[in-house]
Amino acid sequence: MNSSISTSAATAADLPPRDLKRSGISFLLWAFILGLLAWSWEGADMRPMALIENSGNMVDFADGFFPPDFLMWKYYVSEMWITIQIAIWGTALAIVCSIPFGILCSENIVPFWVYQPVRRLMDSFRAINEMVFAMLFVVAVGLGPFAGVLALWIHTTGVLAKLFSEAVEAIDPEPVEGIRATGANGLQEVIFGVIPQVLPLWISYSLYRFESNVRSATVLGIVGAGGIGMVLWEYIRAFYYAETAAVMIIIIISVSLLDMISQRLRKLVT
Amino acid sequence: MLVVDISRLSKSFTRGKRALDNVSLQVREGEMVALIGASGSGKSTLIRHIAGLLRGDRDGGKIEVFGEVIQQNGRISRGARKVRADIGVVFQQFNLVSRLSVLTNVLTGMLGRVPAWRGSLCLFTKAERMRAMTALKRVGIDGHATKKARNLSGGQQQRAAIARTITQGARLILADEPIASLDPASSRKVMNTLDRVNREDNVTVIVSLHQVDYARDYCTRTIAMRDGEVVFDGPSTELTPEFLRELYGEYSSELFAPTPEAIPASGEAAKKDLAYVTS
Ligand SMILES: Nc1ncnc2c1ncn2[C@@H]1O[C@H](COP(=O)(O)OP(=O)(O)OP(=O)(O)O)[C@@H](O)[C@H]1O
Ligand SMILES: [Mg+2]
Repeated sequence: MNSSISTSAATAADLPPRDLKRSGISFLLWAFILGLLAWSWEGADMRPMALIENSGNMVDFADGFFPPDFLMWKYYVSEMWITIQIAIWGTALAIVCSIPFGILCSENIVPFWVYQPVRRLMDSFRAINEMVFAMLFVVAVGLGPFAGVLALWIHTTGVLAKLFSEAVEAIDPEPVEGIRATGANGLQEVIFGVIPQVLPLWISYSLYRFESNVRSATVLGIVGAGGIGMVLWEYIRAFYYAETAAVMIIIIISVSLLDMISQRLRKLVT
Repeated sequence: MLVVDISRLSKSFTRGKRALDNVSLQVREGEMVALIGASGSGKSTLIRHIAGLLRGDRDGGKIEVFGEVIQQNGRISRGARKVRADIGVVFQQFNLVSRLSVLTNVLTGMLGRVPAWRGSLCLFTKAERMRAMTALKRVGIDGHATKKARNLSGGQQQRAAIARTITQGARLILADEPIASLDPASSRKVMNTLDRVNREDNVTVIVSLHQVDYARDYCTRTIAMRDGEVVFDGPSTELTPEFLRELYGEYSSELFAPTPEAIPASGEAAKKDLAYVTS
């Protein structure tokens, strides 16, 4: 019944005329994307045949992972804890710094000549990967977790300050004006007018960044910045595949668990 | 004593069109003045200028509040923040921080008076909290002190905003259409509250209103605006329907609360809406 009504209504209406300009543009867009893929083929050394030719080797290689060797599981778990602790400190320091930086990036709070330079600084924190920062800090403060903390701190500050400032730019201006009208100073306008409005979003962003920092921290060890990544890298280099598999399983389980917990928490605040 | 002294204030948001056009007016201590005018006539703009939240044009306009220059020739003066502590503003959209408790919202009225570090950390003394509670009691919503502001009804939020100005110890209250979004019963409560603060504490009140009836009931003096100009400034009793029609022409009906006679007109509008939907 319903469908017959709706089709008869549809036939009554005319189709819009075909827009030649738009279909031309979409044709060009597809041509561009395909061209881009073709152009990158060689540079990326794409050899799909190699997957098939070497399939025998691959099976042997995969075979080495089974069964995973959990003999040293206590050691893996303690290294995993260190990884999580690196992420905790890296994220915590970043949150503390992102609050002022985030506000100094917001165009509805500070003038042009403040937010422009601060934004550029945050862009540069964000543009450089944690791994690169980790390598630099390993040189500066030596091998170990602290280098990882510093690396996460800098990169995450760049990311969170941007997210925080986007939340600040979306606030209602009226409550802030209400606070200003009482004779409050600029800092108090932010504390009483801005932060209560953005706090739930800020918490949610921070938790989300913590999740992804745990993931990042698992690989920081590869450049010597401590945690489970260091163990993983040593096993891979020494061809201890059964142990590698055990470490990877531990990483997968703990990262998924933390993701789940943090997602729950995020649902609670927003 | 002069509380507000505005001389030759103009404001153009966009070139050529003046939202305020050469406004001069004075308000004395203890007055309760109504500011009326159709939508877009410049009521909010004028009030925001008096509070020093907007700057006028740079053509010599000047606003003094309690004898202190708040802005002159398009510049907010240095002392404006100090004068603001004496001005309480009540906005049409309440302008409370919706996630904070009512009590905290009211306590922010103290920010201009307590040392900056203490205010910033939200460290208010027992006496200050008591003062805020007393203000809430006076406006009749002390029972809601711990609720979040957004959980209050519009009328209650507006009374909380007035409590904030009382806590602030404001000597001048600027209320910008405080009852525009409220039902008649809440409107009366809010207007009664303003009236009491005016009479009992001798606080000067400037209140902008859409409806002339409220102006006549609560204020002895009315300032009427049209297209950014002050077109009438005198006793509210002179605001007869005839006079309003003279002032505002066809817009005058907009300035009255909907009366039974006005309902056919709104029915007409509803029909128009329907016609739009079906066409
Ligand atoms: N921030 C702004 N930018 C540009 N124009 C503005 C701004 N604020 C107000 N105006 C214009 O100034 C004029 C006066 O507006 P104002 O808000 O003061 O009117 P009002 O009398 O308060 O009206 P209402 O009853 O609708 O609140 C209007 O034409 C409005 O469009
Ligand atoms: Mg208005």
